Amino acid sequence: MSYSAGEIWLVIAVLGIGTYLIRFSFLGLVGDRKMPDWVLRHLRYTPVAVLPGLVTPLVLWPAATDGNPDPARLAAALATVLVAWWTKNVIWGAAAGALTLAALLSLA
Amino acid sequence: MPTTTAKSAYVQGVLDGTPFILVAIPFAVLFGVVATEAGLDLAQTMAFSFVVIAGASQFTAVQLMSDNASLLVVLAASLAVNLRMAMYSASLQPHLGAASLWKRAAVSYLNLDQSYIVSIARYEDNPGMSVNEKVRYFIGAVTIMVPCWYAFTYVGAVAGSAIPDGLALDFAMPILFIAMVGPMLKTLAHLAAALTSIAVALALGFLPSGTSVLFAGLAAMAVGAEVERRMGRP
Repeated sequence: MSYSAGEIWLVIAVLGIGTYLIRFSFLGLVGDRKMPDWVLRHLRYTPVAVLPGLVTPLVLWPAATDGNPDPARLAAALATVLVAWWTKNVIWGAAAGALTLAALLSLA
Repeated sequence: MPTTTAKSAYVQGVLDGTPFILVAIPFAVLFGVVATEAGLDLAQTMAFSFVVIAGASQFTAVQLMSDNASLLVVLAASLAVNLRMAMYSASLQPHLGAASLWKRAAVSYLNLDQSYIVSIARYEDNPGMSVNEKVRYFIGAVTIMVPCWYAFTYVGAVAGSAIPDGLALDFAMPILFIAMVGPMLKTLAHLAAALTSIAVALALGFLPSGTSVLFAGLAAMAVGAEVERRMGRP
């Protein structure tokens, strides 16, 4: 890479400060003020709105298989969501996914 | 006794956060390996994990630097990857906004995908938690995770490619995140939001990494809120 040590440190500093300001934004600046109901109604859906979009590409095109869809990983993701939803339990869901993946990869 | 409950909230956070070291460790090791192979020295690699403490954006930055992308592109793309954290920050505000400034400042530094999702799930299931308990819980959730992030970045940077890559640990993160979302699909509104998120993220997959998740998140929140408004909150 053609980046000098100084430029690398600059990237670290700016990325660090910028990321911190993003994280601090609402929590830090809004503080204890009550947000309007319609905003709260939107915010209730933040985790289910962000995480599926974040994870879907990783499930469909895993880096470990060079971006090619992998039946074992697809089945593991499906087993995870079904068991986690059915049992309402994170650990059971994760265990189902891990076991499915391990079983299918050992067959492959 | 408030101190007792606050303490048990902390312990509960530690317990609930622990499975996520399965995500943090391989991710941190991999970053250490990739960063040093790209030409960063040990101090720069460690500084990334201490100062930025956001895996996906660290990978983006190192990847683009090794591709010799311009400084502006490196910074814009890496910051875009982290924009979803503004949504996490807003989502935590109703729960933690009443905490003191330094506590909010500390939580902000520690606001990772993992600590956010563990904590928000706990807060929503336990509306009776005090602000103090919520902060303790959050700190508990990162107590093991974050030191692992630093330590295993170091391991990756020093041990390098000597580390075997079997075990399919690449998939620990998707599995744990999906397992966290499963129990959250409590109503039709939550399900509609999750499906919208998937659809929009796939439709906008051509955008620079991080940006598609931002739009997917905003669209999915709007859909969830609208379904809730039409159906009346259960």
